[in-house]
Amino acid sequence: MRSNSFDPKASWGLKLAALGGLLFLHAPILIIFLYTLTPDETTYTFPLPGITFKWFGVALQREDLWRALTLSLKVATVATIAALILGTLAAAAVYRSSFFGREAVSFLLILPIALPGIVTGIALRTALGGFDIPFSFWTIVIGHATFCVVVVYNNVLARFRRMQGSQIEASMDLGANSFQTFRYVIFPNIATALLAGGMLAFALSFDEVIVTTFTAGQDTTLPIWIFSQLTRPRDRPVTNVVAMLVMLITFVPIFLAQRLSAQSSDTEGETK
Amino acid sequence: MLNRASTYLYHRPRLALALLLGPPMIYMVVVYLGALFNLLIYSFYSLQEFTGLIVREFTLSTYAQLFEPANLDIFKRTTVMAAAVTVADALIAFPLSYYTAKFASPRLKTWLVIAITIPLWSSYLVRVYAWKLILAQEGILSWFINLLHLDGVLNRLLSFESIGGSSLALSPIGLFIVFVYIWLPYMILPILTSLERVPKSLLEASGDLGAKPLQTFRTVILPLAFPGVVAGSIFTFSLTLGDFIAPIALGNSKFFIGMAVYSYQGTAGNIPLAAAMTMGPIVIMIVYLLIARRLGAFDAL
Repeated sequence: MRSNSFDPKASWGLKLAALGGLLFLHAPILIIFLYTLTPDETTYTFPLPGITFKWFGVALQREDLWRALTLSLKVATVATIAALILGTLAAAAVYRSSFFGREAVSFLLILPIALPGIVTGIALRTALGGFDIPFSFWTIVIGHATFCVVVVYNNVLARFRRMQGSQIEASMDLGANSFQTFRYVIFPNIATALLAGGMLAFALSFDEVIVTTFTAGQDTTLPIWIFSQLTRPRDRPVTNVVAMLVMLITFVPIFLAQRLSAQSSDTEGETK
Repeated sequence: MLNRASTYLYHRPRLALALLLGPPMIYMVVVYLGALFNLLIYSFYSLQEFTGLIVREFTLSTYAQLFEPANLDIFKRTTVMAAAVTVADALIAFPLSYYTAKFASPRLKTWLVIAITIPLWSSYLVRVYAWKLILAQEGILSWFINLLHLDGVLNRLLSFESIGGSSLALSPIGLFIVFVYIWLPYMILPILTSLERVPKSLLEASGDLGAKPLQTFRTVILPLAFPGVVAGSIFTFSLTLGDFIAPIALGNSKFFIGMAVYSYQGTAGNIPLAAAMTMGPIVIMIVYLLIARRLGAFDAL
């Protein structure tokens, strides 16, 4: 039941402003999709001078693109696994015990996303240079893991806080050891949070460019490839196709992760 | 075996804690904080101008270079840009968050939240790229402006020295639009979170006591949502301060902090100066975070 004293209907002005904001947020991406069809190779002329589907085929043939895509997928996978392990451990520690410096742990984990990416990037590069560590696949992964950990950490910690502590106590009272309790009680509870956090970390790593420019050396990830095209456009139509591909590849995990966390908070609302 | 290990750990909570906390903390402290600290040390070194080699001796001369007019200009330009982007984002974000939090039906709300969150995680680089297409001289925005016969107005705007340039993409206006666009989701979400926490009963009480909708908005909703705006501004401000992708992608000729750092360490090979320069955004952000904490922004994160 709604009371009439607070008008439950939005004014037209508010609706229009909200709609405008939403359009501003999403319309530009559709423009890229449109441009994948342009036959124009040298400019971004609008309206499009015609329509062609040939660039998808051209992009498929490009060896350099396949190599960049494979590298990006590999980096994202390893960085996500590292983030899942480190993030869950940190969340478990912060949840189960209060200790001196607990706030500092959260602060330290948030720092890589609170500070501009260039700070992380140049700091890592200088450190690598100072210790004569050559750039490699692993230096990219190390860079990505620093900011992926916090994503998993936040998701898992939020789930821990919603979990009923009595379940763990019951499990222990019934004679399960900590490892069994983790396997049969805690893990099923946090599984979707891990999945959501992991998928977001994957998406974050897959299209990261700022830190990567500093830690990649000669290797080219897909975002680095796009970035080089932004500064020196050579294959405009292929870049459009790649941009669309990146958008679609990251859309799936992001969308699923959002649905997962939305669902778990829905059921949570019912039990409260 | 596992049982015994479990009992052993149960009686030693500190050890259990250390085992949990150890790996993530070792990683973050050694790799991340270690690298940051190393950067700090480098900012006190200097570059031998003739040889281009780094002199590993303590000096403040690199920091002194930051106060040269050219560098001060960069700091000023970037900070002004960050502030303008923050204000614009807050203005665009507020109606959308307000509608989503207080007026949308539960079904619509689920979709709106997803629509708001997806751009937050999706490729930042591709989102910048979209604007290269849109802002291009022969692109869709110019076409649209010509269609509405507004090209006179645009040229007038571009002729101003401080915000103008040879074309929309190359001008600070173009960069401003791109920054507003890419950081907008970071502003919407905290505002949404803080608005959701405003109980409906409070709004009803305000109405029952005779406040008009606009009055309720000004005296109840806005003050309660303010921490969310501050929380969002942490991101929009910080991200704008350090970004170098958008200016480079658009081909902006005026330097911003991120671009300057990027080129100092890259083409110039002057790591000390680049390191000293990154201390700028770090100090600005620490001050900003301290202020934000006093304004209660951390609860809205």
